[in-house]
Amino acid sequence: MLEVKDLHVTVEGSEILKGLSLTVNAGEVHAIMGPNGAGKSTLSAVIAGKDGYEVTAGSITFEGRDVLEMEIEERAQAGLLLGFQYPVEIPGVKNIYLLKAALNAQRAARGEGEIPAPEFMKLIKEKVAFMKMDTSFLQRAVNEGFSGGEKKRNEILQMLVLQPRLAMLDEIDSGLDIDAMRVVADGVNSLRAEDRGILLVTHYQRLLDFVVPDKVHVLVDGRIVKSGDAGLARELEARGYEWLLEETAA
Amino acid sequence: MASQEMEQLVRRDYKEGFVTDIESDTVPPGLDESTIAFISNKKGEPEWMLEWRLKAYHQWLKMTPPSWAHLDYPAIDYQAISYYSAPKRPEDRPQSLDEVDPKLLETYEKLGIPLHERAALAGVAVDAVFDSVSVATTFKEKLHEAGVIFCSISEAIREYPELVKQYLGTVVPQGDNYFAALNSAVFTDGSFVFVPEGVTCPMELSTYFRINAANTGQFERTLIICESRAQVSYLEGCTAPMRDENQLHAAVVELVALEDAYIKYSTVQNWYPGDEDGKGGIYNFVTKRGDCRGDRSRISWTQVETGSAITWKYPSCVLRGRDSIGEFYSVAVTNGRQQADTGTKMIHIGEGTRSYIVSKGISAGRANQSYRGLVKVGPRAKNARNFTQCDSLLIGDRCGAHTFPYQEIGNSSATVEHEATTSKIGEDQLFYCQSRGISEEDAVSMIVNGFCKDVFQELPMEFAVEAEALLNVTLEGAVG
Repeated sequence: MLEVKDLHVTVEGSEILKGLSLTVNAGEVHAIMGPNGAGKSTLSAVIAGKDGYEVTAGSITFEGRDVLEMEIEERAQAGLLLGFQYPVEIPGVKNIYLLKAALNAQRAARGEGEIPAPEFMKLIKEKVAFMKMDTSFLQRAVNEGFSGGEKKRNEILQMLVLQPRLAMLDEIDSGLDIDAMRVVADGVNSLRAEDRGILLVTHYQRLLDFVVPDKVHVLVDGRIVKSGDAGLARELEARGYEWLLEETAA
Repeated sequence: MASQEMEQLVRRDYKEGFVTDIESDTVPPGLDESTIAFISNKKGEPEWMLEWRLKAYHQWLKMTPPSWAHLDYPAIDYQAISYYSAPKRPEDRPQSLDEVDPKLLETYEKLGIPLHERAALAGVAVDAVFDSVSVATTFKEKLHEAGVIFCSISEAIREYPELVKQYLGTVVPQGDNYFAALNSAVFTDGSFVFVPEGVTCPMELSTYFRINAANTGQFERTLIICESRAQVSYLEGCTAPMRDENQLHAAVVELVALEDAYIKYSTVQNWYPGDEDGKGGIYNFVTKRGDCRGDRSRISWTQVETGSAITWKYPSCVLRGRDSIGEFYSVAVTNGRQQADTGTKMIHIGEGTRSYIVSKGISAGRANQSYRGLVKVGPRAKNARNFTQCDSLLIGDRCGAHTFPYQEIGNSSATVEHEATTSKIGEDQLFYCQSRGISEEDAVSMIVNGFCKDVFQELPMEFAVEAEALLNVTLEGAVG
């Protein structure tokens, strides 16, 4: 589904990713872990198409398409969706309006018409209830005045509504208390499907107690230095990243 | 996004740029007493009106154009302007839309303002001003039943001279400022609205303006009077065809609200802003003022300004009546080389008077925009309150936004609050929307409309929709 090959990325002249390779197949949940500054967020940002990242070598393909040749919105329309670590506020734009615009933009790209209003309302109410959010959320401006936990839930809500092919979640667990973590994890687990890939970027193992990944990759200094199953995450939790850094250096 | 890219995106063509070739009955350029006499005669005005105009003209001769605004434009040659232009056969004014020149109707079609539909669907009476002379007035009968007078100012001068005499120039005196004096001398048309005591005008009143004859300044004069407990909502919308020369527009709007009256005046303005280099756009020097003469009266200005090369405009309220309310809600968009110096004045005279100012300025391209607002609280205006919110949004890195708030507080019981923000359309906001599959242009329009929401919600509903559409056209490609 997603194929990242020998990816080199520089930001403002310094190389952040130094030959990263990763394959995510449909039906799999991958977790990218690593110490701060290893390039975790850079990876998801580059895949989503954020400005300011220069790909100097390597490739990213998604279902056979060259992702680096696609516009930001085309990537989303193709089903590559990024959940933000720090979702931005958009004053005056209602949450429900953004959701509807996003959903309709994706439908349009698929050659489908706009979603009928009753259908949309039904869908959205169901998803909002699932995320244990109050419907008043929908009428508030996008992320404006949301608490950290509310922002993260809102990101998952968007995923549930937009139903991406590959969901990338960047530090979706940061700043969550345990209850919010459960709700967010339930949301992510509900996204698990045979035809969908999930890429979790996280610093801590905590989330992975709730969302058990199929594969865990450790990203250190711009490269994946170790891959394994969920057990690797637990090992990292117990031992930290130090031993890996030493192992890599050796 | 790189700034070159931004620049490219900010460029756009003026969608309303076309010219209708209806032959005009135009006086040669130049201004002297005989020009004024010609206009007055052409309009079939009584003697007192001509005298009123000449008085204004003599005051104007002694005045100099204001230079304090944050605007940069070459000096205007007032002798190079033609001061009167009317469609051919002014005696044969059409009595209904069926009699209107099909070319004119076609023009409206191109603007997306089909008069028939508009009037019928929206229940809006339209007093269409085309080249200074009203050519179509609808729904007059219904208004007549309610006792509302809605006609061109020229007609009012002929038909209701006492009313005009009583109120004309009482809010904006002839010598108020350079452009108001010029307007008073040479105004050719505009609207007159009179809503008698206790009457709520049964429909939104609307006038569409177009500037059409080459090299002709347009000088509209509008006078709206609401007697005690009367209410009216008035909408003015403007577009203009593409031009190579700068066109001067100096309108005057006077509003009078007596006891418990409410006047809501909304403007959607989309005049030609000029080409990429700022050439050919409209110069818009407007004096708009409302007088809350009666106790508990209320005047509300809402404006969406997207056009003109130069905008100089400060819709104001004189809060004379006790507990009267003045409101100003504004969205001003400048793109390309547009310059706007706009804002409001709230003059608190009466006790317990309140004013609200919400100004949203959006700058893109190389445009420059200033908010200039005065809140003046007089010694007798006990417990007066003002709230001002003034936000600027920048698109790209070559535009400018400036805020000039002035406060003159003459008594200690007044409460005056001012909030101001300047923000840049965030790349993060854009990326966020785009990464949801929304195109860059749609994302910009979403963000900008969100920014303007507080003002749009003050517009009558159908015009709010129109304003949103207009904003999208104006900022088409203006991405940052």
